[in-house]
Amino acid sequence: MTSRTRQDAFSYAILIVFLVAALLPFIGVVLTAFKDTGELAAGIFALPQQWRFDNFAEAWTGARFSTYFGSSLIVVIPVVVIATILSTMSGVAFGMFKFPGANALLLVILLGLMIPFEAVIIPLWQLMGNLGLRDTYWAVILPQIALSFSFGTFWMRAYFKNFPSEIIDAAVVDGCTTWGVVWRVLFPLSMPALLSLVVLLFMWTWNEFFLVLVMVTGDLRTLPVGLALLRGRYATDIPVMAAGSLLVSLPVIILYLFFQRSFIRGIISGAVKA
Amino acid sequence: MSAPAQHSRSWRPFGQRWQAYLLILPGVTLYALFVLVPIINTARYSFYDWTGFSEPTNPGLQNYAEMFRDPDFWRAIGNNAFFVIFYTLIPILLGLFLASILTRGRLRGMTIFRAGLFIPQVMSPVVVGIIWRWLFTLDGPINIFLESIGIQGRAWLGDFAWSRLAVGSVGSWVEYGLCMVLFIAGAQAIDEELYDAARAFGANRWQEFRYVLLPGLRQQILVAFVLTFIAALRVFDLVYVLTSGGPGKTTLVTSLLIYDEAFNRNRAGYASAIAVAIGVIILVVSGSVYWIQQRQAAEEEQ
Repeated sequence: MTSRTRQDAFSYAILIVFLVAALLPFIGVVLTAFKDTGELAAGIFALPQQWRFDNFAEAWTGARFSTYFGSSLIVVIPVVVIATILSTMSGVAFGMFKFPGANALLLVILLGLMIPFEAVIIPLWQLMGNLGLRDTYWAVILPQIALSFSFGTFWMRAYFKNFPSEIIDAAVVDGCTTWGVVWRVLFPLSMPALLSLVVLLFMWTWNEFFLVLVMVTGDLRTLPVGLALLRGRYATDIPVMAAGSLLVSLPVIILYLFFQRSFIRGIISGAVKA
Repeated sequence: MSAPAQHSRSWRPFGQRWQAYLLILPGVTLYALFVLVPIINTARYSFYDWTGFSEPTNPGLQNYAEMFRDPDFWRAIGNNAFFVIFYTLIPILLGLFLASILTRGRLRGMTIFRAGLFIPQVMSPVVVGIIWRWLFTLDGPINIFLESIGIQGRAWLGDFAWSRLAVGSVGSWVEYGLCMVLFIAGAQAIDEELYDAARAFGANRWQEFRYVLLPGLRQQILVAFVLTFIAALRVFDLVYVLTSGGPGKTTLVTSLLIYDEAFNRNRAGYASAIAVAIGVIILVVSGSVYWIQQRQAAEEEQ
């Protein structure tokens, strides 16, 4: 009994060391975001003399994070909404219908799960130029929907494939049409899977860097690119950079705290899991 | 067992094939336009001299020939391989070590550990890069700490000898939590009786690890391997923010090379060839792991 307790204590001690290592840099940034430059010498984990929000205001207006925040929303909202709808539709098709070519199509869609944007960026850049869409939000939104569709299809298909058929049979016996089944049975019951997909796509789109860096300039940049390309006096102002970093991460971190399980399951299933 | 149920589903009420095609049509159209066709075009452009502006000319294998002679390409590939040590090998070993020394059976409070250990995975790599760039500066927190224990600090990211190591260790920091979460969950699911049986046969700790834990974690190790390996091959944002490939080209990686060749040096044809090389490597690796998974699943069913 005592040896078991001692073993447990030892396990917890080790876990805590690694947990702290994962969190310390982030905690340092939170503290720094509330300090002024003069306080930095006191050390990264010294508490701020007073909790000031000046750095956030400075990042928001002076360093133009409000503009980038707007761009991020303009990109993320349509991507998440449209990609979720399209993936749910194809998830139903692949999970519940049997049709010729389904497996071949799935294999082709699987490509999108593995391929990085680097592999398609040059033709995409060319295509957007030809369409006159380069340096517009569309140049980010459309490819991002297309790539998200790939993950979303697999995610929703996995859900619908294991959907208990008794429920559907019962609905049909009650006189539901196919579309009635979709809207009144499948859709409400798939809310958890759908919500997970929404938060995952939100994170990936919010954090996307390469595509945005290549496709748009200036005010159209989203938060991560805006932060990375910050120049001038703010780029060396560590408290402002810390505040900016928090502004970029906070939306995802907050969602993550609420939907932890979805995030972890989603990230893990990003590894080929058809 | 579940086969009959699955069959019954295919006729009622979802019998109409055209409905299935209609459902996938919009998504597949976008996917074809913005993913599939570009993949094909990348492959096509890789066989041309092309600036990205003019008409592609001079079809042939010259881009690939140049790639194999280009020291920058090999340096970038070498750095990606070097980062595999930090993104994949170290986190997996760390995770295995942890899973092997932790208490068997349930530990309470795992939710909190899992939540915290996963934080680096959900943060934007740009933010991770900005944080570590600051931590690594000459008068930054890491050097302040090192000097307090009597070690002379340096500008780690700007140092020709140390920059790769510094960037790599940030990669380990990002990935180790993922491996630990996966392996601890996997280890806790291993039947306690297997350990008892091993001990009854007089197995020592190493043999327990080798014959109980390792086989029990096969699936989790594969998943961790694919995720971290692909992350090491794809890495862009983090390196872009930390060092932009510098100093010199000491931390150059393939994604940065593609970006630079295509968009700074107007050599879109050549950049396409590098993109094809990386795409093929990623496909081969994830394809083989997928194949191994399928075989394992088939074996387990028998």
